[in-house]
Amino acid sequence: MVAKRIIPCLDVKDGRTVKGVNFVGLKEVGDAVELGCRYAQEGADELVYLDISATVEGRKTFTSLVERIAQNINIPFTVGGGISTLDDAARLLDAGADKISINSAAVANPDIIDQIAAKYGSQFLVLAIDAKQIDGIWRITTHGGNKIVDKELISWAYEGQERGAGEILFTSMDHDGTKNGYPCETYAALSDKLSIPIIASGGAGSIDDIVKVLTEGKADAALAASIFHYGEVKIADLKQELQKRNIKVRL
Amino acid sequence: MIAIVDYDTGNLCSVWNALERIGAKYVITDNAEVIKNADKVLLPGVGEASSAMKKLHERGLCEVIKNLTQPVLGICIGMQLMCRSSEEGNTECLGIFDTEVKRFYADKKAGVKVPHMGWNEIHNIKTPLLDSIKEGEFLYFVHSFAPQMCDEAIATSENGMHFAAALNKGNFYGTQFHPEKSGSIGELILKNFIEKC
Repeated sequence: MVAKRIIPCLDVKDGRTVKGVNFVGLKEVGDAVELGCRYAQEGADELVYLDISATVEGRKTFTSLVERIAQNINIPFTVGGGISTLDDAARLLDAGADKISINSAAVANPDIIDQIAAKYGSQFLVLAIDAKQIDGIWRITTHGGNKIVDKELISWAYEGQERGAGEILFTSMDHDGTKNGYPCETYAALSDKLSIPIIASGGAGSIDDIVKVLTEGKADAALAASIFHYGEVKIADLKQELQKRNIKVRL
Repeated sequence: MIAIVDYDTGNLCSVWNALERIGAKYVITDNAEVIKNADKVLLPGVGEASSAMKKLHERGLCEVIKNLTQPVLGICIGMQLMCRSSEEGNTECLGIFDTEVKRFYADKKAGVKVPHMGWNEIHNIKTPLLDSIKEGEFLYFVHSFAPQMCDEAIATSENGMHFAAALNKGNFYGTQFHPEKSGSIGELILKNFIEKC
């Protein structure tokens, strides 16, 4: 059986990582390629780079960064942020991305999922979903959780799978940034309903949280940012601990 | 010189980037004469079997590839096209490897997902392509179809069913996993292909 994956996520603005990173020995703190290489050496299974630039110039810089990542990193990586058209997908594929993730654009225009999957294959497309619980229902949100959409989490995830998404990356806006752990029951419900891999994101504060979401939550992968960037959890230690708890990981 | 066969399947650049990292000389081509005269040939590929096979036909490369005598390595769909046939699009393939490519089935209770995406162990390893690779080593896979177990398997893996993770027959090699995305272990396999096959 396939190993559970650990995926550091790097936010990039104008070509540089923005979250504070306190790795010792990096030549240039903030260099997205160097940080990715470091994570790969430490045992990351994949990387996610999210472009949070808001400008056209920033987008161009990100594309040339993707080329440098592809040249230097020898594990798979996903890129996301601002992807809304087939042309965006083509540009990032040509730059060397293994996968792209789409979020708001898919909510606004679900056909983009079918179009990207048909043209480049499901393996190329991660459907990222942000949701928050309102009156007991997981409602989809966009714009960083500020806009609530008339869609429910599990039915939207299932629709995404049927339209051709290859993976689901679900972030609970109620948990993201809290370091209080993941909503494991919701991840388990997603995993039970869907046949494609589920990536858990947002909320990890400890190794135990990640253990829980990969076991009780039945997630196939865990994505995290700050606990890795700030060195609170080292990827190698995390994977050792997961193995100790009988979770299959690549060491 | 290694010829990377260009038949318009996605993500060729991940293969050439990997060759760059290990310092190998390569050319990207769909020219039959260049392919025939190369020291080694790489048939990469991401995509769907029937359309990939169609592109090989359109470029007149099917017979060229079948008749190559130098070492040839197919990766993922590239290896699947070297099998007898594929269930994906009911595709008749090149018939170099004596096995069929079958679909995976998701099994939620057993935790089997499709596509088979991520790092999985390989077993029953035979050399030389996999020289120095340990039993149980993890390689990166992304696929929904896989070659059935057969005598030509030089590595096996499992995702709901056991399948051939790598194949070898004479000068022809194939890997279902992506050595170009499998970290330093993957780079070692590419080096083995260049130096030991």
